[in-house]
Amino acid sequence: MSARSGATTVLGKRAERRAERARRIREPRTDRIFLVCVYLLLTVFLVVVLAPLLYILASSFSSPEAVSSGRVLFWPVEFSLRGYHAVFQNPQIVQGYLNSLFYTVVGTIVSVTMTIAIAYPMSRRTLVGRNVVMTVILFTMLFTGGLIPTYLVVQSAGLLDTRWALIIPQAIGVWQVIIARTYLRTAIPEELVEAAQLDGCGDLRFLWSVVIPLAKPMIAVVALMYAIMQWNSYFDALIYLKSPDLFPLQLVLRNILILNTTGGGAVDASVVLQRQQLADLLKYSLIVVASVPVLLIYPFVARYFTKGIMIGAVKG
Amino acid sequence: MATLTTVRPPAGEEPVRPRRRRRERPGIKGLRRSFQRHWTLYLLMVVPLIWFAIFKYIPMANAVLAFKNFNVTKGIWGSPWIGWKNFELFFANPVFWTLVKNTFVLSVYTVAASFPLAIILALALNEIRNGLFKRSVQLVTYAPYFISTVVVVSMTILVLSPRLGIVNEGLGFFGVPAIDFLGDPDYFRHIYVWSDVWQTTGYSAVIYLAALAGIDPALHESARIDGASRLQRIRHVDLPGIMPTAVIILVLAVGNIMAIGFEKAFLFQNPLNLSQSEIIATYVYKTGLLNADFSMATAVGLFNSVINLVLLLAVNVVAKRITGNGLWS
Repeated sequence: MSARSGATTVLGKRAERRAERARRIREPRTDRIFLVCVYLLLTVFLVVVLAPLLYILASSFSSPEAVSSGRVLFWPVEFSLRGYHAVFQNPQIVQGYLNSLFYTVVGTIVSVTMTIAIAYPMSRRTLVGRNVVMTVILFTMLFTGGLIPTYLVVQSAGLLDTRWALIIPQAIGVWQVIIARTYLRTAIPEELVEAAQLDGCGDLRFLWSVVIPLAKPMIAVVALMYAIMQWNSYFDALIYLKSPDLFPLQLVLRNILILNTTGGGAVDASVVLQRQQLADLLKYSLIVVASVPVLLIYPFVARYFTKGIMIGAVKG
Repeated sequence: MATLTTVRPPAGEEPVRPRRRRRERPGIKGLRRSFQRHWTLYLLMVVPLIWFAIFKYIPMANAVLAFKNFNVTKGIWGSPWIGWKNFELFFANPVFWTLVKNTFVLSVYTVAASFPLAIILALALNEIRNGLFKRSVQLVTYAPYFISTVVVVSMTILVLSPRLGIVNEGLGFFGVPAIDFLGDPDYFRHIYVWSDVWQTTGYSAVIYLAALAGIDPALHESARIDGASRLQRIRHVDLPGIMPTAVIILVLAVGNIMAIGFEKAFLFQNPLNLSQSEIIATYVYKTGLLNADFSMATAVGLFNSVINLVLLLAVNVVAKRITGNGLWS
């Protein structure tokens, strides 16, 4: 009895599935071939992006001899940490790392504060003149004075060769102001402002105790944009700084990684000194050390970045 | 002050809020009232506005240096006027056409390579189901965007190095002699562009993916019922769906064509590939800061800024024609 009923349900299920399949629109065979091509294409994208990263990572954990003789592919050969050891023994790199941390933290705080200070008033609909201010700001996106005129301003402000040269001249990004303003305009309803005013809450207090807590997601996006920009930039340091002890990591990287390797050298397979080998290995480890902080936080913040692009795309 | 004009309803009664929102009133009177009401907000804007004045607008004024013979002791405004002489010298300089051509070709090549690839990646990602594979492809292709220019250039140099690089190792396997990619000017543009594609394609695809997500699923459903294959649906549903986004991005890219950045070209430069790697931005840096010819460098920079402005404005007109509204406004 029980066996029979079990059999019918199986049969019933099978029939149901068949009916379901018939109901669904049959995928043409070309579609299945096409889908395979899509997967293949995406695999190519994945491999092309991943391969150089893996190669660098694998090399950084290999021995100097293996790297110099080109035996490393995508897995460490003769595993060693000598590259990393050399990186952390180099005082220039350690100093650069600390400097970059300073520039990133202080620069981000300054930038975010300034951005909110200009974006919040412009988001208030009852503020006369906010469109004039916006035009003044947007115009700087269209036309710039250029490298030398800006350099001369930084020079006459007495910022040359000081830490502030990397923080002040780049403090505000127009794009970030647009993102902040657009967000604040849509996230803070006018009714809320009126209610707060009714209770005798002034503009500044409202900003501090209502707007900022409500705008935390936007502040996170803008702060991350500024932080990553600051961590990755080298150009300002190149033109404004002279003292090596102020150099951010990226400039140190450039001096070690690129100035040493102009392609000018002939293809030279002669006796390679051990120091040369270690210097080569150091480059791979250095790349990893410099990129790891950003790449570690990136999977968690990528989402917010996407959001930032979207907010910015909504024209205000 | 403003709160005084709002009549508080007596306690206990249902507050009947008059839906009269105080909008800004233009004119001096409106400004004065707004200032009385929001003086703290105006105060808040002062520091950022001073910043914009000092670091954005004073440099614009300083650009008159292009028409002067800069004298350090006399300063910008005290230096003697020399009219268009710097521009005449620059246009007559044989390096002028090389710079314009290098900048233009590099930029057009970059757009031509990265624009279609980002769309292809987005379309392909959109075709497959949400799952581990899709997420990993997205995460991995997006990642290089967060790596610094210095590191990307160093990686490229290491990978292509004739002595250590994996590429030459591979070529050697097939019996091809090692190539010094960075020492040969003919390779410069390819290296620049394809390392750029490597770094930014995943990032650019995100914008198209968002546009694709915004397409009405009913369109896909009805196309399927009509027997459209996947390829046909991409062609007739997806592509028209992302067209407005694509047009805006392309138009913006064209508008910025002469504004190609200094950072990467400068890092890839070496004495051997200068004939193709010297662009306007790197030339300005060298003339101005290395050779201390401030006036000439300002003139070249100003020339570039003006071309950019004209291009952007022209492109905005085109965008208005095509999409109905401009890039801003």
